[in-house]
This record gives sequence, structure tokens and C-alpha cells, in this order.
Amino acid sequence: MSKIKCAIIGSGNIGTDLLYKLRRSEVLEPAWMVGIEAESEGLARARDAGLKTTHEGVDGLVPHVKEDEIRIAFDATSAYVHKENSDKLTALGVMMIDLTPAAIGPYCVPPVNLKDHAGGHERNVNMVTCGGQATIPMVAAVSRVQPVKYGEIVATVASKSVGPGTRKNIDEFTRTTAGAVEKVGGAKQGKAIIVINPAEPPLIMRDTIHCLTEDAPDQEAITKSVHDMIAEVQKYVPGYRLVNGPVFDGNRVTTYVEVEGLGDFLPKYAGNLDIMTAAAARTAEMFAEDMLAGRLSFEPAA
Amino acid sequence: MNLEGRKVTVHDMSLRDGMHPKRHQITIEQMQSISQGLDAAGVPLIEVTHGDGLGGASVNYGFPAATDEEYLRAVIPHLKQAKVSALLLPGIGTVDHLKMAADCGVTTIRVATHCTEADVSEQHINLGARMGLDTVGFLMMAHMISPEEIVEQALLMESYGANCLYVTDSAGYMLPDDVKARVGLLREKANPNTEIGFHGHHNLAMGVANSIAAVEAGANRIDCACGGMGAGAGNTPMEVFVAVCNRMGIETGVDVFKISDVAEDLVTPILDFPVRIDRNALTLGYAGVYSSFLLFAKRAEEKYGISAREILLELGRRKMVGGQEDMIEDCALTMAKERQAASA
Repeated sequence: MSKIKCAIIGSGNIGTDLLYKLRRSEVLEPAWMVGIEAESEGLARARDAGLKTTHEGVDGLVPHVKEDEIRIAFDATSAYVHKENSDKLTALGVMMIDLTPAAIGPYCVPPVNLKDHAGGHERNVNMVTCGGQATIPMVAAVSRVQPVKYGEIVATVASKSVGPGTRKNIDEFTRTTAGAVEKVGGAKQGKAIIVINPAEPPLIMRDTIHCLTEDAPDQEAITKSVHDMIAEVQKYVPGYRLVNGPVFDGNRVTTYVEVEGLGDFLPKYAGNLDIMTAAAARTAEMFAEDMLAGRLSFEPAA
Repeated sequence: MNLEGRKVTVHDMSLRDGMHPKRHQITIEQMQSISQGLDAAGVPLIEVTHGDGLGGASVNYGFPAATDEEYLRAVIPHLKQAKVSALLLPGIGTVDHLKMAADCGVTTIRVATHCTEADVSEQHINLGARMGLDTVGFLMMAHMISPEEIVEQALLMESYGANCLYVTDSAGYMLPDDVKARVGLLREKANPNTEIGFHGHHNLAMGVANSIAAVEAGANRIDCACGGMGAGAGNTPMEVFVAVCNRMGIETGVDVFKISDVAEDLVTPILDFPVRIDRNALTLGYAGVYSSFLLFAKRAEEKYGISAREILLELGRRKMVGGQEDMIEDCALTMAKERQAASA
């Protein structure tokens, strides 16, 4: 079966982990990796894996998009450059999966709203944030049972798994995640908190999801919904586990989860990064299936 | 050491750190009366926000009786000489909160991170400095790393624009030598124009002694709480610190009798329980655990039947940092499950 060819923009840890995941896909084929430093280890690794590479940024990829039939690109760079990358590639008919917090396109959290994007015509979808991918399924698990007036998530990540981009603009994490808790999670009001813990050995990502329901929570239905949702996430992140809860305390419903990564390239404790790359790969696979079945194609802009 | 004539800026914490023992329920009227009492006693700087800083209102840390903005707008216009500061923890509060606080008339912004994570404060410290605010970098849980590492992190904050750097003993764990080692090295390595501060907790009754040690080592800003109202066993009690400074000839500009009247007449009456070194507060200081975990651990004890002390010790073993209040219920649930399994 033929595969849809992809480019990975960003040759750092995220891009490299994504490369490992894409190589296992039955519908995606990683063909290009784009970096900005000739000496990048990530680019060298990609070349060893048989990919074409450029260290000239997206401009180094643009001339090859057509002949190499690149249909999907993943942007694992930064919010600052994403828009420019996206404009250049979507103009050539490439579908963008945005792993930065730029959030030009609609948010995508696969077990919650991936199907809403199927057959749609967005050329750019955004993967929210690591905290969003890890927690929004739990908010949605409650809000699909009954109205949630307030959803709050606390993501705790190992210091070693937080890159310089996130550190320079940590507000973007809290803002983007809180927005997606509302838009995708279904809470009327959203709040996000991130805590960075430097313990050694590094802690596995932990997430706490508090929902305040409008009426008394239907404990049985919410408990079942939470367990069902955990199983959905486990389809692409096997290390996504319910540690405690759901705890019911008045109208508060709290779930405590932990996210262990697959350890493809990133260490296992960095479940926060793994859930991003896994969600991005899963999202791209759905679009690729549509493309292969002829249900989806983007014409290059004239 | 002769500290005669040394000038120290005391910074009151009772209306911010004191929000912890009050479960963030201090009323607007109480904020007004206490802040006006502090102002009249000569306290130059008063912190006012949710206990966990701007934007701390949450399920995780507790919803306050009023918003940060309501508190600030109610307090600031009535002060004659005192200035007001706001605390901000990146990851909880954002630059939007900082701008709001400045608009309310806050003159000092304190940006707090865990002691190893100074680089998440860049955008907030940058903005505070650009807005012309007195901008403070505040390294929490400073007992967890060496003096050299503290200096490395603090100098990052200085490079972002902080004009004052704090060694913060959030767990009330440090002894005077620990304080001197950290403050002393920082004083030596920081820009001479940069102020150095110390924030203590009284969990091992070392608040005053540690603060004096900090002054000896070169600190000129000291956090105290009137009536000791702060997380854990409280902060360094302001009235006691001022009295000791008077005896030593250290100048704070605060009237010892007026401040002890504020403590006795205005702060103590609003306490829900005596803020003192009970066995749980002692455990915080002994094991090096974040002081604001205290009430959460007590509540978990009531709900899940695991003693607060055991929960706090376990949180210490797991190296939990400030802000991880969510892990207290989680930890109690896990311990309760394990006990049930063991007895089955």
C-alpha cells in the first residue's frame, strides 16, 4: 500500500521522536527533515534513517515539495516561526500539523475531536500543548456526561523535559491550554497551571484534572466515561494511566493521571512530549487515510 | 558582628503568605485595616495577593474571598507611606496579571520560581523591569540546592532585569549557616547595586535567627509577617524581628510597639487557629517540605485517615516542589489504597 509522504520541520528532540513514530506508520512515510543547523545531530540521524534533509529551514524544503510529493508537514519548531512555515507550505497544498503553541488552526485532541476535523478543509491543525493533550480528554470525559462550569488542569513535568522555547514563553502554555480546556474540553471556563519539578531521577509526567459540574455529578456515568476515555488515549499512548479517582467532593470531580512515554527517542518520563508526538502522528494518520481514499486533497493556491 | 547602623527594608507577608492559614479568606475590610495598621507602624512594603500569587485563585490552591484586583484596589489608595508588592509564580500567573497589578498601583513585582527553574521567569522579570517596577527574583525552596547553584540561578534573574534577588526558605528548613552560605555567596557574586533578600518560615523557630544571619551575610531586604501570619508555622514574626533589630542597632524604620499592637489587635483576632509550631509544621521544617502544604495535608488526614505527618514525609521523599498541592490528595489516596491492600 502506498503511503503519504511527510516532512518534519525541526530537528530537535520532538522532531526526532516523531520520526521514530512515523517510521512505524502504515500510512505515513517520513521523507524530509528540516533544520537550521548544518551540524545538527537530529539531521544526521534523519539522514542515517534515509530521509532527505536541509539545514536551510523551510525555504530549503519548498523547492522539493512537488517532486517529492510531500502532502503533510509537522512543525516542531516554535510559535514565532510557525506562521511563516505554515504559509509557505500550505500555499503548496501541504497539510500542516502544528506542534507549536502558535495555534493558527483549530485545536486537535485526537480522542475528543479528531473526527470533527475529518473531511473538513482545515489546512492547519494545532496540537494544543503537552498539558492539553494529557488533560483535555479527562475534561471531555466529564463534560460529555453533564455540563462542566469550570475545568482546571495542573500539569507537572520533569525539568529535563521542558525545552528552552517553553521556558521563554511559559504564559503561552497556560493561555493556550486554558483556551483548549474550554473549546475542546467543553468546560465553560478553563484554567491551566504548569509546575516544573527537577527531581532526580526525573518524575513521570503527572496531571490533575479538576472539573466543577453545574449540577450534582452523576458518579456512575462519569466514572465509566473516564475509564472509557483512558482506554481511548491508551490506543496511541499506552503509558497513559489513571492513578487515582475520579474523586467526587460536592460538585468537584478530580482525576489524577500519569503519562509515561514510549521511550522512542525521548526518555520514558517525558510522557508530556511523547503524548504530543503520538497525538500528532495519530492526527496525521487520519488525514492520510482520507487522502489515500481520495476523500481529501488540497489544491495548491494559485 | 556589629550591624549597628545597617539599614534593612522589612517586607510584610501577612496579607499574602498569611492567606495560606486563612485559606485565602481574608476579607477586604481585614486587608484594609491590617494594611493601614502596618502603614502607620512604618512598614515600607506590604505584599497583597492570593497566597499563591497573582492568578492563584483555583480549585488547586483555593478560591479567595475576593479577586487580586479587588484586594489591591481596596488597599493601595488608603496607604500614606507604604508601597504594595505582588507575587507572581510563572506557570500560575501571567504577564496579564502583572499588568493588572501595575495598573492597580503595585510598585514591586516579585517573580517566584522553584530554585532550579529561574529561566521560566524571563518574560515576567523582563516586563517588570521594562515597566520601571521594583523587580524581584524569588528563588523558592532554596535549601534544596547548593549556594553555587543558587548563585547561578539568581544571576539568570539578574540578567533578565531583576534589581533584587531572594533566597527563599519556603520549607523553613534552613539553619543560620545555610542562610549565610547562600546569601553571602550571592552578595559576593551579584552586581553590587542588586539588593539581596531573605524570606524565612518559622517551622524550626529559626525565622528571626535566620533573618539576622541573612543581614550579617549582606541581605538588606527581609520578609516578615506581622503576627507571624504565614504558611506552616508562619513567617519570621515582624514585631519580634523589629525588636531584635532595635536591640542590635539595625534600622528598619518600624515602630516596635505599634507593630506589636497591629499583631495583637488586628492580626491575631482573625486567625482561624493559632499559627504555631505544631507537630505538622515541625515536620515541614524538619523534612524540608513546602510550607503551604500544611492545611491540605490536614484535610487529607481527615478525609482519608492517613496522618498529615506521614503524608508530608512522603511528599518530601517524592521531592515535591511548590505548587504541587494536587499531589497531597493523590498521595493520601495512594497511601490509603496501599494500606487497604496490605490489611486485606
